[in-house]
Amino acid sequence: MIKLVNVNKFFGNVHVLKDVNLEVAEGEKLVIIGPSGSGKSTTVRCMNFLEEPTSGEVYINGTRLTHKNKIEIARNTTAMVFQQFNLYPHKTVLQNLTLAPIKLQKVPKAEAEDLAYKYLDIVGLREKSNVYPSTLSGGQQQRVAIARALCSRAKIILFDEPTSALDPETVQEVLDVMIKLSSENITMVVVTHEMGFARQVADRVIFMDDGRILEEGSPEHFFVNPTEERTKAFLSKIL
Amino acid sequence: MINQILELWRWQDLFSNWPRLLTAFGNTLQVALLALLLSLFLGVVFGLMSTSNKLLLRGISRVYVEFFQNTPLPIQVFFVYYALPYAGIVLEKKLIGILCVGIYTGAYMSEVVRAGIGSIPKGQFEAAASQGFTYIQTMTLIILPQTVKIILPPLVNQMVNLIKNTSTVAMIAGLDLMYFANSNATNGYMSYGPAYLLCGVLYFFICFPLSAWARNYEERLKKRDSQQAKELEKVEEVVA
Repeated sequence: MIKLVNVNKFFGNVHVLKDVNLEVAEGEKLVIIGPSGSGKSTTVRCMNFLEEPTSGEVYINGTRLTHKNKIEIARNTTAMVFQQFNLYPHKTVLQNLTLAPIKLQKVPKAEAEDLAYKYLDIVGLREKSNVYPSTLSGGQQQRVAIARALCSRAKIILFDEPTSALDPETVQEVLDVMIKLSSENITMVVVTHEMGFARQVADRVIFMDDGRILEEGSPEHFFVNPTEERTKAFLSKIL
Repeated sequence: MINQILELWRWQDLFSNWPRLLTAFGNTLQVALLALLLSLFLGVVFGLMSTSNKLLLRGISRVYVEFFQNTPLPIQVFFVYYALPYAGIVLEKKLIGILCVGIYTGAYMSEVVRAGIGSIPKGQFEAAASQGFTYIQTMTLIILPQTVKIILPPLVNQMVNLIKNTSTVAMIAGLDLMYFANSNATNGYMSYGPAYLLCGVLYFFICFPLSAWARNYEERLKKRDSQQAKELEKVEEVVA
């Protein structure tokens, strides 16, 4: 479904991704862990071409992404949930959810709103549909952002550290929503430090360090017997 | 001495000329309104260009802004009125007023728009991009509406400057309010004191409501934001 082939990314002189090769299957729940600066966010952002690789190839459903087709291919098949939520502050919760469906997918307003309410129910925020995002707590905003991602009906949802900017008390409400989603046939790629979540949801975990994929395996593998010393050192800090 | 400036007969002269005064006032309003539309259009277009990732567009915008911000408006007006006819371009005075004042103010508006766009967090652009919005859609649906609150006060300042700057067309006998006052005073139809005073008052009546409205709008928005903050605090108290 998603395929990265020899992806390299430079920011100026900094070599952020070094020959990353990765394949994500349809419906797979992939968790990417690693220290900050290891390139995990950049990897996910290459998947929807928010960052365009300096070299290498990215494929979605077999089509190679280019600067020209990125809106048509990448943005229509993927949705993204950001660390800082990035809801549109001048729109109500409902408008945040319906803007893209109405303007981009040309869904009739009533239908878009029905869909929005359906997903607001799933994230448990129907009663907040008419407020502005600034009146919501961080956890609520992130749940709205997840509902917004679902409204795009994308088959792939990319999560870029969705709980890192949250108060510890609200982390779980967001994780609960993500766990609920994981039973659907949606491909999820999640950059996170939440190993409990990984254990519960992930089909596969990838450990990245210094722009490379250092180790991959099932969540159990990482809990029980990670092979690399670097992985062990990292996990001992976050577990 | 001030009594002499403001003697009653001087005011009578002034008001006996009121139909011409009204025409002049109308001309000023017309030039101001059309120049305003032009400057807003240019401000948004060049403001957007200045935040583009294309070097050429940024460069063009930069040249426009620097050129018009750093040369006096009267020179631009004189150039168009006196010099362009030698190149076969003869424009009507009102049109010269609209074009010159509009293009001149557009440069300032462009800077206001640029600063407004620059103040929007990068995440907003990324969220829009991740949803599949094009550059133009992102700007018109998501970014520019968010800048309104930020850029409105400086934008209205520029509008007020624009209205006052329309008086520059008096220098080319533009039949505007300023020209009316000046020519009637110097021709002896009116007295200097009342003519300039009335003229100033009329400019004030156009400009003041604008500034007042902008201040009011800003206050309302601030109040709404603090209201939201209070509601959020309440929510957090309940949760806690």
